[in-house]
Amino acid sequence: MDWSGSIKKMKDSTQEYFTRHKIPSGCAVFGVANEAGERFDGRMLIDGISVMHERSNGLGGGFAAYGIYPEFSDNWAFHIFYDDTAARKQTEDELAKNFKILLSEKIPTKKVSGISGPPLIFRYFLDTGDDFKQNSRRKGADKTEQEYIVDFVMHINKNIRGAYIISSGKNMGIFKGVGFPEDIGKFFRLDEYKGYLWTSHGRFPTNSVGWWGGAHPFGLLDWSVVHNGEISSYGTNKRFVSGSGYECTLSTDTEVITYLFDLLIRKQKIDLKIIHLILASPLWQEIERMPGDKKELVKALRILYGSALVNGPFSIIVGSTGFMYALNDRIKLRPLVAARKNEYLFVSSEEAPIRKVCPSPDILWHPDGGEPVIGMIKKNTVKKEAGKRLARLDNRPVEV
Amino acid sequence: MPERPGDDRMKRIYIQEEYCIGCRLCEIYCQVKYSKSKKIIKAYKEEMVDILPRVLVEEIGYNSFAIQCRHCADAPCVSACISGAMQKNKNTGVVTCDEDKCVGCWSCIMVCPYGVIRRDLAGRKIVSKCDLCVDEDIPVCVKNCPNEALKFIEKDENEKNMVKSRNGKKK
Amino acid sequence: MALKLTQSEFETERDENKCISCQVCVRQCSNDVHEYDNDEDTIYSDNLKCVGCHRCESLCPTGALKIKERKSQFRTNYNWSAGHLKDIYRQADSGGVLLTGMGSDKPNTVYWDRILFNASQVTNPSIDPLREPMEIKTFIGRKPDRLDFKINGSGKNTRVELKTKMYPQLELSTPIMFSAMSYGSISFNACRSLASAASQFGTYYNTGEGGMHKDLYKYAKNTIVQVASGRFGVDADYLNAGSAVEIKIGQGAKPGIGGHLPGEKVTKDISNTRMIPEGTDALSPAPHHDIYSIEDLAQLIYALKEATDWSKPVGVKVSAVHNIAPIASGIVRAGADFVAIDGLRGGTGAAPQTIRDNVGIPIELAVASVDERLREEGIRHKASIIVGGSIRSSSDVIKAIALGADAVYIGTAALIAMGCHLCQKCYTGKCNWGIATQDPYLTKRLNPEIGTRRLLNLLRSWSLEIKEMLGGAGINAVESLKGNREHLRGIGLNDRELAVLGIKHAGEAW
Repeated sequence: MDWSGSIKKMKDSTQEYFTRHKIPSGCAVFGVANEAGERFDGRMLIDGISVMHERSNGLGGGFAAYGIYPEFSDNWAFHIFYDDTAARKQTEDELAKNFKILLSEKIPTKKVSGISGPPLIFRYFLDTGDDFKQNSRRKGADKTEQEYIVDFVMHINKNIRGAYIISSGKNMGIFKGVGFPEDIGKFFRLDEYKGYLWTSHGRFPTNSVGWWGGAHPFGLLDWSVVHNGEISSYGTNKRFVSGSGYECTLSTDTEVITYLFDLLIRKQKIDLKIIHLILASPLWQEIERMPGDKKELVKALRILYGSALVNGPFSIIVGSTGFMYALNDRIKLRPLVAARKNEYLFVSSEEAPIRKVCPSPDILWHPDGGEPVIGMIKKNTVKKEAGKRLARLDNRPVEV
Repeated sequence: MPERPGDDRMKRIYIQEEYCIGCRLCEIYCQVKYSKSKKIIKAYKEEMVDILPRVLVEEIGYNSFAIQCRHCADAPCVSACISGAMQKNKNTGVVTCDEDKCVGCWSCIMVCPYGVIRRDLAGRKIVSKCDLCVDEDIPVCVKNCPNEALKFIEKDENEKNMVKSRNGKKK
Repeated sequence: MALKLTQSEFETERDENKCISCQVCVRQCSNDVHEYDNDEDTIYSDNLKCVGCHRCESLCPTGALKIKERKSQFRTNYNWSAGHLKDIYRQADSGGVLLTGMGSDKPNTVYWDRILFNASQVTNPSIDPLREPMEIKTFIGRKPDRLDFKINGSGKNTRVELKTKMYPQLELSTPIMFSAMSYGSISFNACRSLASAASQFGTYYNTGEGGMHKDLYKYAKNTIVQVASGRFGVDADYLNAGSAVEIKIGQGAKPGIGGHLPGEKVTKDISNTRMIPEGTDALSPAPHHDIYSIEDLAQLIYALKEATDWSKPVGVKVSAVHNIAPIASGIVRAGADFVAIDGLRGGTGAAPQTIRDNVGIPIELAVASVDERLREEGIRHKASIIVGGSIRSSSDVIKAIALGADAVYIGTAALIAMGCHLCQKCYTGKCNWGIATQDPYLTKRLNPEIGTRRLLNLLRSWSLEIKEMLGGAGINAVESLKGNREHLRGIGLNDRELAVLGIKHAGEAW
């Protein structure tokens, strides 16, 4: 189906049009992490997610990859979509004003049948450096670098028509668009990138308009979230995060999950190991049965963070520089399967993709509702490009 | 002697005078029960009810309560009855009057310490006395009291309630 | 004596075919409407005295009575409605302030009836409350800005300990509490029913400004004690007995003025409870005479916290007025743990009619703007918001929570459950249902066992309905509904109203 004509016909920017028609999320998620920090290319993800083809309807697919820019590992990597060159010019002016641009280029793509009407897709490697210190004096000294980046991203996404920053982390990037995920993966030539953590998503939106920016993963700083489900507590969660300055500008409810993670982990400094007690709290009847101090802890979390409870069916996979985190809603209304083989951790909506890329995992399990799956990446193992042979998981060597 | 289905031994009617509102609906429904038609409108309009209710509401100022036969453990009316019409059921302890045997001497009326036996209005010899509605699930006065001022419960349960009310100062 | 221009408002229609002259109506009417004529064996009714309380109709054993509103037909006049004419007649007759009871009955828009709730389908499953847990437990109280933890051990032996001490909270089994109704405005039996039902169901009732009767101290664990401008009954025992303290600044039915309990209603019991001489009028002044500005309120809040050893939530109750948003913000910043807002249609035992009907704003608009303002200022989490002022059904409760409230107060609904028929004559002290009276002949009519039972039934049925609606919207915990305006849509509201409420119109998606 050719969407390019109908999209081009719209007078408003697609983002604005899209925003009027919110789309709930379906329907396939798949994530792989190598806890030793060893990098592997995107083919594993493409193979896996293609098995779940039937869960999508071709109107959205995407990937997040970590560790893919080792040459720029200390710089901010922005992936940006533009509807037109006017938006690009406006944005690049803003970038030049606020950052030192080390490199700016189009993200390399390949023509793939099934993918059409892409926006302009660019990436920038940026430094805040001295500029940041100058700006911070102007804007207020108590802003951290991350807050600076977050504010900038919110500003561009909200105020510049036709521009959308899809990822804004260091040494990571998000690749997404309208199409089946395996086609999107080929379009972005993901077999040429190597990362130690990948997540991917295929969509089944219930609306006929597909917008490149609306696909998953959703990203901010080095967070990326893929999500299967619909959040019935969206209004409540949105109000909770907006109190801390996060504007939900997009038409997906996944956005609010990302902001919840950023708020709770980065700002409120809550340990990753207990986040599930907030997002997918245990039931009161279970809390009553807990031992004394745990009961007080969980009760306090529920009382204070009741508005951060995510209600409604969900499976989410959250990626970050140091970990991969997967979670189901508290009464497990969506599927999630996890497996481990050596240093690899897999999470998926179905068992099939895991088996496709790893026929005999060491263990495979179905996490309970509210039970997180966490893969922690050992620090300092991300190496620069080297001719290392990466054994494929069924022990046949694959070219690196 | 007819016994209530389900055999509610020792259940008696207890009075909570703090909830009696003096409406006298208990008297009305008692009369209806012993009327010929047993329908309230017909009984009142056509039968010109001359049946005496067997429960009586006593009233002074804003205090009121409904009282009927207490079915005393040691009933004086049974001892006083010259014809043996007044009988106390060995199992349930309910005191009833056998109308066929009653001779209208009114000895029972004179000895009753509560004054709950009365002469029949029409001057007939037969006496009017509560029989705890043995052919109903619960006595009609209790059933129809709009404020639940009358309770039909076991003697023991009432003792428990009394103790609670004395200690907790219910009123 | 000059001609009185007042007209009867109701008429009793008696079906002579059904009337058996049993005289129950004669005995039960405290306004002496019905009279039995022995010679004729008939009952005559004086309609002028009837207030429309339906007592006789309810108790008539044959259903012979029907109470009808009697509308005299004046020449049609949309400006000078019959109500205006009658009010002037009454005032010309009496020369006094027209009093009335219960909440405003004027035809202002009832926003609850113009707001619709959502259900989940296809993209999101609804949840079956009969088969899945559905949590409506609610906490009222101040929340800290953040929680601090101590992490001990690692790996499998990691233990996380909570370091932050939580502020005192009230734990409710359902987001519904009984609103403040003072002993004096309502009878002791009514208070007892409220206290007992709250205690059995696991929620709270409020003493109102009448103090706490000594026989009700046993329900103290479920009592919110009120400190009103008259400070009736306030002493150290009272403050420490309750589970929370509420400073009453205002009441929805009469914003800006204080309460008035006529001397006739101040019996010995009330005199003991309120600590005022028997037979004297109990006048609550309009402001608290030690709160003339927001900093004075802060002083009182902290004084009460000191007096109760910082062990109970201390909150403030205000009426919903035009500037309720900044007022609420000020109250939260002054240290209150909860803010109770009472809307235009809140009930009362006695209030001047003109103030009840013309002063204040509806609670729906008030809660939306207060919630929005507190969020904008980043202080919404600091205090809980409780709303009242005509919550009439479980769907009103759901909508109130979705607009931003933590819990609701019900007053009129509770009294209706106990038998009130909204005749609005509470101030006469002749309530035929034994609720708004101190007359011992009338107070007997409310059996607390029955009253408690009916209130428990009300709480139970509303709680079940709330669970049904939550489940239908795909939510299984009430905290995910709080402030979730995405689940509300307006219908028949203009843009301005939608903007104030912060909701979209029916037909618009996300």
